[in-house]
Amino acid sequence: MALIELIDISKSFDGEKVLDEFNLSIEENEFITLLGPSGCGKTTTLRILGGFETPDTGKVMFDGQDITALAPNKRHINTVFQRYALFPNMNIAENIAFGLKVSGKSKEYINAKIKYALDLVNLKGYEKRKVDSLSGGQQQRIAIARAIVNEPKVLLLDEPLGALDLKLRQEMQYELIRLKNELGITFLYVTHDQEEALTMSDKVVVMNRGYIQQMGTPEEIYNEPENAFVADFIGDSNIIDGVMLEDRVVKLCGCVFPCIDEGFGKNKPVDVVIRPEDVIIGSPGSGIMDGVVTSNVFIGVHYEMCIEAGGFEWLAQNTVSYPVGSRVSISVTPENIQIMNKPQSEDEEALALDD
Amino acid sequence: MKKTLKGLYLVLIVIFLYLPIATLMVLSFNSGKSMNAWTGFSLEWYVEMFQSRQIMEALENTLTIAFWAATAATVIGVAACIGLNAMREKSRAVLMGLNNIPLLNADIVTGISLMLSFLLFGISLNYGTVLFAHITFCIPYVILSVVPKFRQLENHTYEAALDLGASPVYAFFKVVLPDIMPGITSGFLLSFTMSVDDFVITHFTRGAGINTLSTLIYSQVKVGIRPTLYALSTVIFVTVLIILITVNIISNKKEDKKK
Repeated sequence: MALIELIDISKSFDGEKVLDEFNLSIEENEFITLLGPSGCGKTTTLRILGGFETPDTGKVMFDGQDITALAPNKRHINTVFQRYALFPNMNIAENIAFGLKVSGKSKEYINAKIKYALDLVNLKGYEKRKVDSLSGGQQQRIAIARAIVNEPKVLLLDEPLGALDLKLRQEMQYELIRLKNELGITFLYVTHDQEEALTMSDKVVVMNRGYIQQMGTPEEIYNEPENAFVADFIGDSNIIDGVMLEDRVVKLCGCVFPCIDEGFGKNKPVDVVIRPEDVIIGSPGSGIMDGVVTSNVFIGVHYEMCIEAGGFEWLAQNTVSYPVGSRVSISVTPENIQIMNKPQSEDEEALALDD
Repeated sequence: MKKTLKGLYLVLIVIFLYLPIATLMVLSFNSGKSMNAWTGFSLEWYVEMFQSRQIMEALENTLTIAFWAATAATVIGVAACIGLNAMREKSRAVLMGLNNIPLLNADIVTGISLMLSFLLFGISLNYGTVLFAHITFCIPYVILSVVPKFRQLENHTYEAALDLGASPVYAFFKVVLPDIMPGITSGFLLSFTMSVDDFVITHFTRGAGINTLSTLIYSQVKVGIRPTLYALSTVIFVTVLIILITVNIISNKKEDKKK
């Protein structure tokens, strides 16, 4: 049985629907990430789970019990807030001890737990420090320590790394994965950063406008996006209008590409996703179609180029640089072409075309 | 040249501000009753002041009214702020507007209308009515100094406390109250001084026989001021000065510790 189940949750703020019949189940000991642009309902989902918002309709099940109406302080769920929310009038040890004191644990137990938690987040000896003497990364780790000493079954993390700089953010990502493995509890993580989501999660839930767009492992989400929104939101991609001529053959930009997808029918319009790193660049005439390089930017590991070919501007990444204005050919290996159904209805269209 | 001019200007301003008080303090040690001639040093006015039952009673009234009015206004004001904080932006703006009107209202209007209301309901004017009036006009000051503290509350600390299992009441006293304490303190002190300072509202709401310092001084002006009041004013001024300096030193030390 799933540890947490959200059943048909709807929630509106001032008449604006943020979540619409939202369903999600979370297994024990899972690192699950809600990923989506701001305003997609991911933070609201988290706040409903934490008990800070009541859903208009629907049920929240936790460990088989209905906790929809339960107050936040009665839930065995702890949250790490976006801006840490440490108590500035208490020192680090008092911050960590807060939840334990409330639940009436003995002094020895609390002291042992403080030691253990500080050790766990690599901040040994910080007991007596003031909150504002710590850096952002350190405060974040204290916020995590404060939450986990209560031994919750689920830890909710609301964009906890959002306020940190890039380097620190990457370090903290590994730290979080380590923590999750050491503690063996469920992490429900909310972010708008697709890289964070792909790096840390066992399961990613891509959300937009209160609907789940796709749910799956990071590999599935990245390699087999189900619709144009997911493809566009996760990493860079070329999303091209195409026509499925028959099984394993797709026509786009006036050229015929072999692919591996079947079962779309004949002459069916589809969306085609090709990742920029999968665009193979060669000498003119050696690929499927020819084009002209229109821009070229060096971004560290590789060059990012735009290639005008067949009326479409292809985004391509390559370790070899082709100067602007040079003629090149483009080809794609069949397994790197991802075919998606076009949105069927206007409603679906609206979901897919949000920026 | 520019520098000396600047210095001169500053000295002039300081003299302008403090010369009247200095005059009063010097005259309080004068042995005669004269308002303009120095006739020798003496402490007789201080002795007379401490022996005057009238002055001591007025002093006691002033201080107890100020203390209780400030305390009651602070409790009521903070409770109001909790409610305001939980409101939507629009209703809060409306209520804050209502809160600001009494602040701008002329004291004489407040005083007369309070007096009329008391009489209308058949409440005889006494110590209690003065205290009640003072609580009334102090509340807006408390709200005004506490509301901004709520606004800049450390993000989500209240929710974090609930999340860690604290009950709403426990979370308020442990987490929210320490954060808004500076606002509460300044609201209290502001109320206290406003209450001590007030003459007009007290004048209309006090019954016969009740005097605060301000009403006592006013009534004595009519019959001629005795230098005991200079002595009294000096004592009040010095007391306020000492309190102000200690408060500043303490808060400076706290700031240093934080760094």
